[in-house]
Amino acid sequence: MTATEATGLAEPGLEAHFDEVIAAEQRIEPRDWMPDAYRATLIRQIAQHAHSEIIGMQPEGNWLTRAPSLRRKAILLAKAQDEAGHGLYLYAAAETLGIDRSELTEKLISGRQKYSSIFNYPTLTFADVGVIGWLVDGAAICNQVPLCRCSYGPYARAMVRICKEESFHQRQGYELLMTLMRGTEAQRRMVQDAVDRWWWPSLMMFGPPDGDSPNSAQSMAWRIKRHSNDDLRQRFVDMTVPQAEHLGVTLPDPALRWNEGRGSWDFGEPDWSELKQVIKGQGPCNEQRVERRRAAHEDGAWVREAALAYAQKRRAERGADRD
Amino acid sequence: MEPIVTETRAGWPLYEVFVRPRRGLNHVHVGSLHAPDDRMALLNARDLYTRRNEGVSLWVVRSDAITASTPDEQDPFFAPSGDKVYRHPTFYDIPEDVPHI
Repeated sequence: MTATEATGLAEPGLEAHFDEVIAAEQRIEPRDWMPDAYRATLIRQIAQHAHSEIIGMQPEGNWLTRAPSLRRKAILLAKAQDEAGHGLYLYAAAETLGIDRSELTEKLISGRQKYSSIFNYPTLTFADVGVIGWLVDGAAICNQVPLCRCSYGPYARAMVRICKEESFHQRQGYELLMTLMRGTEAQRRMVQDAVDRWWWPSLMMFGPPDGDSPNSAQSMAWRIKRHSNDDLRQRFVDMTVPQAEHLGVTLPDPALRWNEGRGSWDFGEPDWSELKQVIKGQGPCNEQRVERRRAAHEDGAWVREAALAYAQKRRAERGADRD
Repeated sequence: MEPIVTETRAGWPLYEVFVRPRRGLNHVHVGSLHAPDDRMALLNARDLYTRRNEGVSLWVVRSDAITASTPDEQDPFFAPSGDKVYRHPTFYDIPEDVPHI
């Protein structure tokens, strides 16, 4: 039975009911009626988010075998495992909207769905691992905390789990950087270099400026999105500046200064043409990231097939036992 | 380009995962995952949903084995309980000075 038949309402009534649920700050659940565009927007956003988690394992995975100590290696492994977990929570949330996970994987490796542009930058030194935890995961937390109150129940619940775990990611990154900053002059330079390279891409993680973000208004009306890109970016800058001071690094923005009137930090304009280029596929690592994901998927096909064949054989055996 | 291998589409079924956070509490639904069989579903559920001691017991059940009511709040399925206020203790007026009731 579909929801339409169950409630016996014509579509306008269903839409009005959907709007009421949203306005009352209640959650939409998988089998509720929802506008097609709401469903499509969520699938696109959740899939992109899931892909980001999965692709996000690669830049840090680059340092797994070269972590400087067993402690750092165990931490980094746990973090990469979390990213895989986050991807799976999100794919599961997307599937409640009626799309199949294998279809999403296919769309990722054929370039028809995107992931966060931040993961198309290379990790050149071990300090990058720390800076990713601090800045990239810090920016992700700013983006994700409001998503815990997203109007779509399964997405909101996945985000609650994710946010709890992201806090570990950010703190391990900051601690890693504090350790390097207490080290040699060369180590401090390494941290500053990583900050210089990741600062602007981190600011771009919040998306284009509000005036150039055509889908934002509808997403906010649907309570999928709670704050505008520029608001979240400002919040991130305000949170991060004191952390940078404490760490003893310089954020590479000459326009950065405290604005007493606003009670916020003024900061420079990111290079939006760079963001556009990276989204279009011209970032330093786009091809490598997608190719590696494709190879992992295709090289793993025999495992998936073998597990399925084994399960079918066991079922057949059990069926024979019962006869 | 050829379509990518899609063997899992009709393959690994979907499971729902329930975790008992600690003794004395019910198992609670936490999410879902794909697995080829029950045992792998349990192992995957452990790795996916209990990486930080979130549970002392796990259930997995194939999603297609669940029978569900329709989800909507306006569902007439729940109508029978809607008009029976006398099932609630607050329905009954008892003088303030009657103790322990």
